[in-house]
Amino acid sequence: MNLARLGSLRAVSVRSLIDYGIYIAFVLLCLALAVASPVFATPENLFNVALQSSINALLAFGMTFVILTAGIDLSVGSLVAVAGAVGGGLMVSGVAWPVALLAGLIAGTLLGFANGVAVTAFRIPPFIATLAMLSIGRGLTQLYTGGRPFTGLDPTFNQLGQGSVGPIPIPVLVMLVTVGISWLVLRHTVFGRNVYAVGSNPEAARLAGVRVTRVLLGVYTISGFLSALGGLVLTARLSSAQPTAGLGFELDAIAAVVVGGTSLAGGEGSILRTLIGALIIGVLNNGLNLLNVDPFIQPVVKGAVILIAVGLDRLKTRTGGS
Amino acid sequence: MNARKLVAILAASTLLIAACSTGGGGGSKTIGLALSTLNNPFFVALRDGAQAKATELGLTLQVADGQDNLATQISQIEDFITKKVAVIIINPVDSDGIVPAVQKANDAKIPVVTVDRAANGGTVASHTASDNVAGAKMAGEFLIKQVGSGTVVQLEGIAGTSAARDRGTGFKQAIDAQTAVTLVASQTADFARDKGLNVMQNLLQANPDIKGVFAQNDEMALGAVQAIDAAGKSGQIVVVGFDAIPDALAAIEQGKMAATVAQQPKVMGQTGVQIAKDIIDGKTVQASVPVEVTLVTKENVAQFK
Repeated sequence: MNLARLGSLRAVSVRSLIDYGIYIAFVLLCLALAVASPVFATPENLFNVALQSSINALLAFGMTFVILTAGIDLSVGSLVAVAGAVGGGLMVSGVAWPVALLAGLIAGTLLGFANGVAVTAFRIPPFIATLAMLSIGRGLTQLYTGGRPFTGLDPTFNQLGQGSVGPIPIPVLVMLVTVGISWLVLRHTVFGRNVYAVGSNPEAARLAGVRVTRVLLGVYTISGFLSALGGLVLTARLSSAQPTAGLGFELDAIAAVVVGGTSLAGGEGSILRTLIGALIIGVLNNGLNLLNVDPFIQPVVKGAVILIAVGLDRLKTRTGGS
Repeated sequence: MNARKLVAILAASTLLIAACSTGGGGGSKTIGLALSTLNNPFFVALRDGAQAKATELGLTLQVADGQDNLATQISQIEDFITKKVAVIIINPVDSDGIVPAVQKANDAKIPVVTVDRAANGGTVASHTASDNVAGAKMAGEFLIKQVGSGTVVQLEGIAGTSAARDRGTGFKQAIDAQTAVTLVASQTADFARDKGLNVMQNLLQANPDIKGVFAQNDEMALGAVQAIDAAGKSGQIVVVGFDAIPDALAAIEQGKMAATVAQQPKVMGQTGVQIAKDIIDGKTVQASVPVEVTLVTKENVAQFK
């Protein structure tokens, strides 16, 4: 009995070490870069990293909700473009910026909701449903913009991407507020618990009285909303709405989620992990630039980091088995 | 949107009818020009250049507007083959998708010339496009002259694309030819404005003393301008881009960018027709004919707007 207890204690400590591995890896990565580059650890550069990670982080937060239900949302990059185009287009045609901003948010949220409908009512696998939306969203953006960027936006609106409160850039504030709210929702609401329940075992969740359809509609709508928010912050940051905005962003968002350690199988993970995942990708991009690493080597480094992180995740499920 | 589409369809059918009524037969004096789209000033200028050259050489030019639709373009090329035109000049909607149409022309023994965009298969007698190497070299030399001495950085396009490769080669030639200005960092920003902003921000951190940046396209250059403004270094860093897109021309007028490189679509059209004429006359033609590009600065920016 004593022996068994000792064994389980050791298992716990090994597990928690792996559990916190991602945080440790993040700190180590930062330390290594601080040694390698004298400017890395300057406050200005660290704020830059946070700023550069913020849009991907917003998308990745939404993606976390979806992935926790064992789904996937490939349409986030296209929804970034839709929201930016709607907001930018309205502003250019003379609509007041708060209205344009709201319209952009609504557009993205509605398309996210449409993803949810496709997944629940039509039982289309999330990969296919959101892949279709990736295409539809990009097409709608090209149609609406005629393939040209909208420039000359309201300077007040541009503050959303370029302004700062004290030393903290506004996009970073948006990211922090979003991570706070998402954490509360996932940890302290019935909806949040249901998200985990649906992801671990949809059948058991259904039997326990969870309205699975509602939960799924909820997560895709949230992902659509946060993609739209990311798109509008990006538009403000660039002072222009680009028809090609957000191309390939879905891959960075998924990478942030899985690097953080949230399981693609659903039911396991957290929003804080995703924040760390997004920051790791941001730090990596920043560090590779600072060190002027050969652009041909950079994708290899980034890919290796994803492999290592997901490898750790696999290891965890094997030793843990919760 | 619907109205616009209707207009496009109407315009297309008018063009089609016009093409049918004027260009009855092919023959040794007729050239077919299949453009990807005419809904873009660049290709309109290309057509104008081609038309002028054809008139000058006494050739009949039949123009087809592919409306950026591969299926449309392929049927237009099939029509040219049926009419037995002497040469088909193609500006493909898509380099891969156009291959079957090129092969059909090959089967019908009609020589094919490509302009601006190449075809990734079939037999093409000659390809003519902007000289990216020379353009980037010119941009680099201008940047060096403006900077005088010190350090500069480069924002590269999508790794592995011909535009990124050629523009990188040209810029390197300019840098290697002198010693006063050194290139301290060269990083990719994938031809995108948002990445140009992020990467430039990082490069400014690592190299606060840089005096200039060459971006392999204007989108990245405009992103760099934003990073420079955000860092409070407006006007202290010379920004040179490539492509002469409207936003960049505006930035040059405002003094935020120093220069960009403009392609010359008119000359490209003329060159395409000249090659077709050479083929008709039985002369040997070069597999690749570069078209000169021009540097756009504050002095001559008005001409390009």
